[in-house]
Amino acid sequence: MNAFNLKSMKRELLLAGSIVVLIVGVGLRAPVFVTGASLANLLTDSTLLIMLALAQMLVIVTRGVDLSVASNLALSGMAAALLAAHNPGLPLPAIVLAAAALGLVLGLVNGYLIGYLDLPAIVVTLGTMSVYRGLVFVLSGGAWVSSHQMPADFIAFPLARLLGVTHLVWIAALAVLAAWYLAGHSRFGRDLFAIGNAPSSARYVGIPMAKRLLWTYGISGLVAGLCGYLWVARYAVAYTEIAYGFEFTVIAACVIGGINIAGGTGSVFGAVLGALFLAVIGNALPVVKVSPFWQSALTGAVILVAVLINARDRKKEGRQILPLHLDNHHSPVRSAA
Amino acid sequence: MTATTKTPETTPPQTPAASGSRYTILDQPRFGIKGVLGKWETLLALLLLLVFIVNGALLPHFLDPYNLADGTFNFSEKALIALPMALLIICREIDISVAGILALSSVAMGLAMNAGFPPASLLFVALATGIACGTLNGVLVTRFGLPAIVVTIGTVSLFRGLASVVLGDKAFTGYPQLMTDWGQGYFLDFIPREFVILLVFAAIFAFVLHATRWGRRIYAIGNNPIAARFSGIEVDRYRLVLFMLTGAMAGLAAFLLTGRIGSTRPNIAMGWELEAITMVILGGVSIAGGAGTIGGVMLAVLTLGTVTYGLSMANIPGIYMTIVIGLLLLVTIALPRLLRGRKVAK
Repeated sequence: MNAFNLKSMKRELLLAGSIVVLIVGVGLRAPVFVTGASLANLLTDSTLLIMLALAQMLVIVTRGVDLSVASNLALSGMAAALLAAHNPGLPLPAIVLAAAALGLVLGLVNGYLIGYLDLPAIVVTLGTMSVYRGLVFVLSGGAWVSSHQMPADFIAFPLARLLGVTHLVWIAALAVLAAWYLAGHSRFGRDLFAIGNAPSSARYVGIPMAKRLLWTYGISGLVAGLCGYLWVARYAVAYTEIAYGFEFTVIAACVIGGINIAGGTGSVFGAVLGALFLAVIGNALPVVKVSPFWQSALTGAVILVAVLINARDRKKEGRQILPLHLDNHHSPVRSAA
Repeated sequence: MTATTKTPETTPPQTPAASGSRYTILDQPRFGIKGVLGKWETLLALLLLLVFIVNGALLPHFLDPYNLADGTFNFSEKALIALPMALLIICREIDISVAGILALSSVAMGLAMNAGFPPASLLFVALATGIACGTLNGVLVTRFGLPAIVVTIGTVSLFRGLASVVLGDKAFTGYPQLMTDWGQGYFLDFIPREFVILLVFAAIFAFVLHATRWGRRIYAIGNNPIAARFSGIEVDRYRLVLFMLTGAMAGLAAFLLTGRIGSTRPNIAMGWELEAITMVILGGVSIAGGAGTIGGVMLAVLTLGTVTYGLSMANIPGIYMTIVIGLLLLVTIALPRLLRGRKVAK
């Protein structure tokens, strides 16, 4: 969190460096990849993953995990598509709000079960993942909603441009800002780090853990709901299998970004870079004429390398017996006062 | 906790005062009807019975023995993976990559078959591939001290990715008759071979977990890995072997599944990792480790199998099943919490 402490940013800088090297390397093989249009396209492609990774980061920091994001996204997206298809007169903001609200409710269900009933996050979200995915089918009857059924402005919004940049990128930029404020500069966000670092201490100093967890999963759901609309509108189609398996990609982005799955550590910068890294790999493969079938294998290899590097870093940290805490005003577990 | 060893009836219950020691190890509770009814396995058995009765009453051909026997094809391979998964979860680990291992093993069999390997050797190709994948998981977890969930989220992409690199958008078909015999065949023209294999393995796993020292040590590791290490258990060796075992069972499941559907396709066993984990958790195995029984897992397997079979007989689309599974999972973990501890966290 110490934005001006380069040492604490080493992992992020390393990752940013690898992204640049990757882009330049691919650019040398295929110059078309580093043209402005191609890079802008890459940025647009990465936005949904960035937003979902940011929300997932908040969840993982509390020692939790939200496996239901992709199903939530599919359900909210399908609801938005059906709403728009059946009520062509409805203004777009109403539809977006409806999708986000549905996502929020679905997330709060997770949050209630995990926070107030104190159930393990991985089991709860495994369950809701199945339920939400099944509800997409129930809602749509298994039918597709295709582009000609949706109103034109519904589809046009994500890729429409404002000041030369797509709406998707603007929304993602706002999400990054919001996450930066929330994680590093709000009481809520700091509490999440405290919960992840030392749950019993966090409870002891009076952090309302259940309430915090409720809203953390709520935020994750809200973002998934918003991304549900954006996904469906961007690809102009809604069907039961939307974003199937995407929850693992989101978690992978977080892991590559150096967010510790055991909770307590992680940065907004890291989550963004992790998502960007995966997006670069995905976009570079076809450009350098590697079969897209390699994408999954490469992603897996990258995740393994990333966790290996992170684990090595942590071991080094362990060797310092008496770390200096004097300048550490931004330590994650500061008192609740 | 599990009650696997019987307390001799002769030992009188000792009170702390009588023992004269500061520390006492309590005897196992006596056998009592209340204890049995309160057990997870009993509740599951009642649920299974209920599902059976409801289905039998509503669906005219549900109790047809030939149909029932064929219904076991639905879950036998998944359950074969759920057995070692239960051991892993009891040991506080998890393996998300099982379906990826299965896909890669199936692809390896396809490659071996095209290279002219004899039919019987394909089983060993699948097992070897599974064990190799499991070893990779296990080494990453034990040697480098990485969390199993992250490692296996990485390796599931890797394994499935490698499988799809080999397969492209094609499929392997034309598997030998021997595999069809094991995947689709029956013993005595009635009991599916896959189900018999499942029962045999369930018995072996139950014996190892509940009646051997290895099994007790798995519980010990799951309850407290550090204490287990201090008491002389080679914790990492157990973990490594369990990951390899899970890989081997995924390889076996690949052999049976490939034989049953007669082909290797890119989407083979898609989403099975979550179904296998659901079976284990529904079976009463604690995700925090240290508790659970093979009997519970098998009851959960049969319950889910019966529900699926009933839904398919009632012509309800398979995707409704995912809702039922998810709700069952949520209700079963939330209900005890709501009933027992009225106190809800603030």
